[in-house]
Amino acid sequence: MQDAFVAFDRVQKSYDGETLVVKDLNLHIGKGEFLTMLGPSGSGKTTCLMMLAGFETATHGEITLDGKPINNIPPHKRGIGMVFQNYALFPHMTVAENLAFPLEVRKIGKSEREEKVLRALDMVQMGDFGGRRPAQLSGGQQQRIALARALVFEPELVLMDEPLGALDKQLRETMQFEITNLAHRLGITVVYVTHDQTEALTMSDRVAVFDDGRIQQLAAPDTLYEEPQNSFVAQFIGENNTLSGRVTRIDGDICEVTLDDGEVIDAVPVNVSAVGDRTLVSIRPERVEMNKDRLAPDAHTLKAEVAEFIYMGDIYRTRLRVAGRDDFIVKTRNAPDQRRLKPGEQIEIGWRPQDCRALDA
Amino acid sequence: MTDAATGNIGRAAADARRAEAEQTGPVMAADGRPLKQSLNRALRAQKLRALALIAPLLLFLLVTFVAPIFDMLFRSVENQITSETLPRTVVALEDWDAQDLPSQDTFAALAYDFMEAAERRIHTRLGSRLNYETTGISSTFRRSGRGIDDLGETQAEQFIDLNPQWEDPAAWVALMAAPDWIAAQADWAARADAADAADRPFDEAEPAFRLAGGIAATLPETADAYRSFATTIQQEDEDSPTAEEPWNTVYLALYRDLLRQPAATIAAYDGPQAALVQEAAGVAAGFEATDLPAFFIDMDDGWGDLKTWETIQTFSDPYTAGYFLAALDLQLTPQGIEMQPEEQQIYLMLFWRTIVLSLTIMGLCVLLGYPIAYLLSNLPMRTSNLLLILVLLPFWTSLLVRTSAWKVLLQQQGVINDTLVWLGLVADDARLALINNQVGTVIAMTHILLPFMILPLYSVMKTIPPSYVRAAKSLGATNSTAFWRVYFPQSVPGIGAGCILVFILSIGYYITPELVGGRTGIFISNRIAFHISDSLNWGLAAALGSILLILVLALYWLYDRLVGIDNVKLG
Repeated sequence: MQDAFVAFDRVQKSYDGETLVVKDLNLHIGKGEFLTMLGPSGSGKTTCLMMLAGFETATHGEITLDGKPINNIPPHKRGIGMVFQNYALFPHMTVAENLAFPLEVRKIGKSEREEKVLRALDMVQMGDFGGRRPAQLSGGQQQRIALARALVFEPELVLMDEPLGALDKQLRETMQFEITNLAHRLGITVVYVTHDQTEALTMSDRVAVFDDGRIQQLAAPDTLYEEPQNSFVAQFIGENNTLSGRVTRIDGDICEVTLDDGEVIDAVPVNVSAVGDRTLVSIRPERVEMNKDRLAPDAHTLKAEVAEFIYMGDIYRTRLRVAGRDDFIVKTRNAPDQRRLKPGEQIEIGWRPQDCRALDA
Repeated sequence: MTDAATGNIGRAAADARRAEAEQTGPVMAADGRPLKQSLNRALRAQKLRALALIAPLLLFLLVTFVAPIFDMLFRSVENQITSETLPRTVVALEDWDAQDLPSQDTFAALAYDFMEAAERRIHTRLGSRLNYETTGISSTFRRSGRGIDDLGETQAEQFIDLNPQWEDPAAWVALMAAPDWIAAQADWAARADAADAADRPFDEAEPAFRLAGGIAATLPETADAYRSFATTIQQEDEDSPTAEEPWNTVYLALYRDLLRQPAATIAAYDGPQAALVQEAAGVAAGFEATDLPAFFIDMDDGWGDLKTWETIQTFSDPYTAGYFLAALDLQLTPQGIEMQPEEQQIYLMLFWRTIVLSLTIMGLCVLLGYPIAYLLSNLPMRTSNLLLILVLLPFWTSLLVRTSAWKVLLQQQGVINDTLVWLGLVADDARLALINNQVGTVIAMTHILLPFMILPLYSVMKTIPPSYVRAAKSLGATNSTAFWRVYFPQSVPGIGAGCILVFILSIGYYITPELVGGRTGIFISNRIAFHISDSLNWGLAAALGSILLILVLALYWLYDRLVGIDNVKLG
């Protein structure tokens, strides 16, 4: 991507000189893009964010912002807005003073400052709270103020470090929606760090899944979910059933996998290359079909025994014993024609071959 | 449950909610009592339990700490010693105008008081007390204590010459004592003798002396003087008045009574020994008189000095502001409150010096402690713990050792001066005076009190997340702006706590100024210690201590107004 707004170019980071926390990171973020860095803790995503903000220096490689290398620019000259995990609202200043702070240090005149502060407060629907102290606000309100403060000086790039981590579920969902809305309306570029995959999927244009200091997959949310490139991504994003086996035949974009207990299934070969490779087959729980009529006549099916049936309102969640494993999950819509299974019942399950991906073992 | 029932329950719940919302007035508990009352009842048991838990410590503190402190503070205004030692004199001096020497009667009152005080050996204590106010009184009192025995001897001899009965203790007892006391005393003597004969220990107290009914009306001064005599020898010497010849002052009192009481009163007396008294009354007018002022002045010139009498009069109230005035370089004179003479003023200067030096020490501690605390709070845990131990290290060494170490370092031939001379920064003949002056006090105390600044600062700084400074920087603040606008304001509670600690500790500091302060570097507390242990002027020491306490409380109040005490955090 030539017109990348933010670019990481072969960036490495080590704290102790022995292990690399970030290994050879290459990442290009387009202008106006909402990119999420998703990964378990210790995967290097926050370090990347801190390098971009300027609080950590890259051990190797170059980071550019709008085409200019920023490795040697101190954080306060980068002009990047940032929202911190604990909001980091200055407790000794009122909300308005907090918002005026970035404008003050930029030597913006008083009247313009006040106008911008008011506009920013209105933007997050907190117009009446200018005189309050951060401690007098609820978590959600503090979150909005932190957002407004990161935006009030009109940065083109805003970094967010798990900003919704401290909020309860309902509030988090509202804020997710508000943040994405705001980002798109203002046309700002957002780099968002989270370990919550739902958040990543619902908010982002693209998601970079981090593990072990590397980006495992960088893709749009739907691609990420439906076409995971490796077992880690398949496991980390959403719920996933895995079955282990060996590739016994590859035929173009369909391969045959013999499971460890001898049963045979069809799958899409993703990162298996030859017959005989060990593989982990990944099937999403909602793509498993229990009604044989809906399957192709020649589709492979597996015998399964119902281990547990959980009623969850909108869906049924059934745990099955399949191919020697008892953690095979099937999700079915609570539809009028859907039968409630009983534990111990013997059924047959199958899926469309394209929903079943043979990944690395 | 049918659908209808479910619906009813739902409606009932909604009705209840509505009723609750509409209800005004006090909220009621389930049993119909007001909720507040029920809550108080429930909390009372908890409070009692909490009180019971702290009761032993509370009692211990009350007995060993609070009560002594209040007793000590009470001494700063307490002055019962004058009215207790010289009760008659104090009464006689009430209307004295301080123009001339007091009257013969006042001197007589002084004679009776002084005789008893001298026998009880408490006159020197009053002498020392009044000496704080007027120098010289102590020696006047001491000398008079030795000579007072002889006052009234002239009269005694003449009475005895007239009738040898006057020499007989039994005759005096018959005249003065109540009959039932005489009987009781005789009983007691018999028991004492019996015990003595049987070689048994005998520690029964004598029956307390009581005057006869009518005698005080006939011979008031004699009765008073005799009672003073009888009570004193009973209590002090554990002798019996029945076996002791009265003091000479009792004869003096008898002489004065016989001259001053109307002849009719004496003639009308018909109690025991009436004949003896009436015989003496007839001739007493011809006895040789004693000029009381002359006698006292002869014992000590001090009694001829109006100032002595003024002092007794001024400090005759049981409560006095004298100590407090003295602590503020003021004095109480019959003309009102005045400044002490220039050369005796010391305390105001000492208070001022104590405050100024304490503020200096506090300021230095902030300047030296802040960067250290900042460093400590930003280092990794392991390193900061190690360094924190270095900060605490002085606490494991005796205060005396540390202060003595400073003596070695700071003296003229000490390490610091030697180094400076060696470096050529200071000429050998112009070595710096770093000790036995205020410089020494400030240096040593800053070192000793520094941990008290660092620790609260550290614990407050530890709670300031690094994300605040990061946020400030990401918002465009330079390092110094981020520090001054964001970090520093949040560390102010720590500065406040450290300052209060250091200032209050240093304002009452004693050992270090004593050892390295010399003459110009001592604090008010050194003066308090001097009055407690050397001059024994506890009243003044208590007054100085009270003023110091008030000063600290006032500064605390001021601090609360300016900074707000809620902003003080010790961790």
